[in-house]
Amino acid sequence: MNSQIDVAEGAAATRPTEIEFSGIEKRFETAEGTVHALQDINLSFARGEFIVLLGPSGCGKTTLLRIAAGLLRPSNGRVLIGGRDLWQNDQRDNKAVQELGVVFQEANLMPWYNIEQNIALPLKLRGASKQDRLQRAHELCKLVGISGFERRWPRELSGGMRQRAAIARALSYDPEILLMDEPFGALDAMTRDQMNIEIQRIWMQSERTVLFVTHSISEAVFLADRIILLSPRPGRVHSITDVSFERPRDMRLQTTLEFQSIVRDLREELEEMG
Amino acid sequence: MKFVRRNAVWIANPLILAVFFLIWHYYIVIFDVSKFILPSPVAVFGGLWELLTDPGTFRHASITVYEALAGFAIASVTGILTGAVLGKVPWLERTLNTYIVAAQVVPKIALIPLFILWFGFGPESKIVIAAVLAFFPIFTNTLFGIKSVDLGHRDVMTSLNASRTQTFWTLEFPSSLPAILTGMEVGIVLATIGAVVGEYLGGNVGLGHLAVATLNAYEVDSLFAVIALLTFLGFVMYLAVIGARRVIVPWHESVMVEKRPPAA
Ligand SMILES: Nc1ncnc2c1ncn2[C@@H]1O[C@H](COP(=O)(O)OP(=O)(O)OP(=O)(O)O)[C@@H](O)[C@H]1O
Ligand SMILES: [Mg+2]
Repeated sequence: MNSQIDVAEGAAATRPTEIEFSGIEKRFETAEGTVHALQDINLSFARGEFIVLLGPSGCGKTTLLRIAAGLLRPSNGRVLIGGRDLWQNDQRDNKAVQELGVVFQEANLMPWYNIEQNIALPLKLRGASKQDRLQRAHELCKLVGISGFERRWPRELSGGMRQRAAIARALSYDPEILLMDEPFGALDAMTRDQMNIEIQRIWMQSERTVLFVTHSISEAVFLADRIILLSPRPGRVHSITDVSFERPRDMRLQTTLEFQSIVRDLREELEEMG
Repeated sequence: MKFVRRNAVWIANPLILAVFFLIWHYYIVIFDVSKFILPSPVAVFGGLWELLTDPGTFRHASITVYEALAGFAIASVTGILTGAVLGKVPWLERTLNTYIVAAQVVPKIALIPLFILWFGFGPESKIVIAAVLAFFPIFTNTLFGIKSVDLGHRDVMTSLNASRTQTFWTLEFPSSLPAILTGMEVGIVLATIGAVVGEYLGGNVGLGHLAVATLNAYEVDSLFAVIALLTFLGFVMYLAVIGARRVIVPWHESVMVEKRPPAA
């Protein structure tokens, strides 16, 4: 395991840019008029960074993540994934999309597939052989800690286990970038802490870039290299906070004064927004 | 008490039937009902015995079953196909919607003489009738199933860059199967009704024809026997479709719930 990942700002700056938003704006046309969800978002994330999007409910976190995933088209502006324009001539760039793994708030496992079939689904769509798929699903179950449940139906698993399976599915094709929208939002505090440790471990084992949405301040501070704080109506970048605690971090970090002071500052900023 | 609860089905059903036959029997005895209006259960059992031991019965029954199953099969294939196509092509559904609703509202039973005129007195006309009746529930349920695919699942497929064909076979079709099966459960019942009503109105074979023939001969106890046999055959076909659910969608709530231990 590589425990020497350097997250100092200087090093991050020299790494190649993996995700770039420039001049992103998003408006939704609804029956009641236009909702201005995002305005003037300019951000760039280096390869291997763990980025957390934080902000009050309705500030556009999900919208921004869905734009990064290519599930929504921005009204204006460009998204670059590994230097490639995500949208070219009204078409989603398939090469760019292949580098993205998405984990949603709900596990969204297909109920008609068992756990290993769910995890291997992306590989099936890519035409991998059955043997390779099962082999990979087996490895991933071990990685995310649900070995022994390969042949179960999704509804036979707990919420936390289903979310682990969803993470395994997103990892199955080894994407460069993981996009996660409040993946642990529905879990109890203890399971959530445990999942945060695991996601850090999985991230440290590879060079992946992670974009992680949450509205829990302490989850953000625990996980992030950088926290992007969004303010609502329309969603804008309010501030960017660097978090440079050593890795791997463990839960004891949450009791330190430095941790708590970052949490306090962020909470004050959030409260000022109203 | 526990014994009773666990075996409720096996205790209650014979009891209900016994009470039913007793009331039937004594109703006839007390009110002195003519046997041409309502025969006694004993007479009906006699008629049933005669019917089942008559070698001709098997031919009538197998023709009716054949017509119902063939119609049901045609309805399943065409219903699922059209439902899937219209579910995938929204502009086509919007365009055809008026006609679909109109075709559904038409009382199709009233069209049966027309089908007999067009397709003759043989089994073909009954198969067509069975298929037409069974088509709509299968078609509408398929369409409904395809259109109610979970948006979260759709997002997964989009984020995985799945093609339309892949999305259909890995998401839309399996997700619609429970609804399709519900349509087929209604469909098999309607197909049986279609075949029997078709036989009432035209031709000289099948249990529907036998029912009319016994009525014309004032053999009311035999008529009741034919109805009992029809009910039994319809029941078996219906149960077969219901049973298919366990095999086809073992993952679905409708099957999973039964396997759970009962809540305390
Ligand atoms: N499809 C849509 N149509 C119309 N408005 C939308 C749509 N999706 C999002 N919005 C609006 O855009 C704004 C941002 O929504 P978004 O879901 O991105 O917020 P969020 O930060 O993820 O909130 P939460 O923390 O509650 O998940 C909200 O005002 C929402 O009402
Ligand atoms: Mg959200």
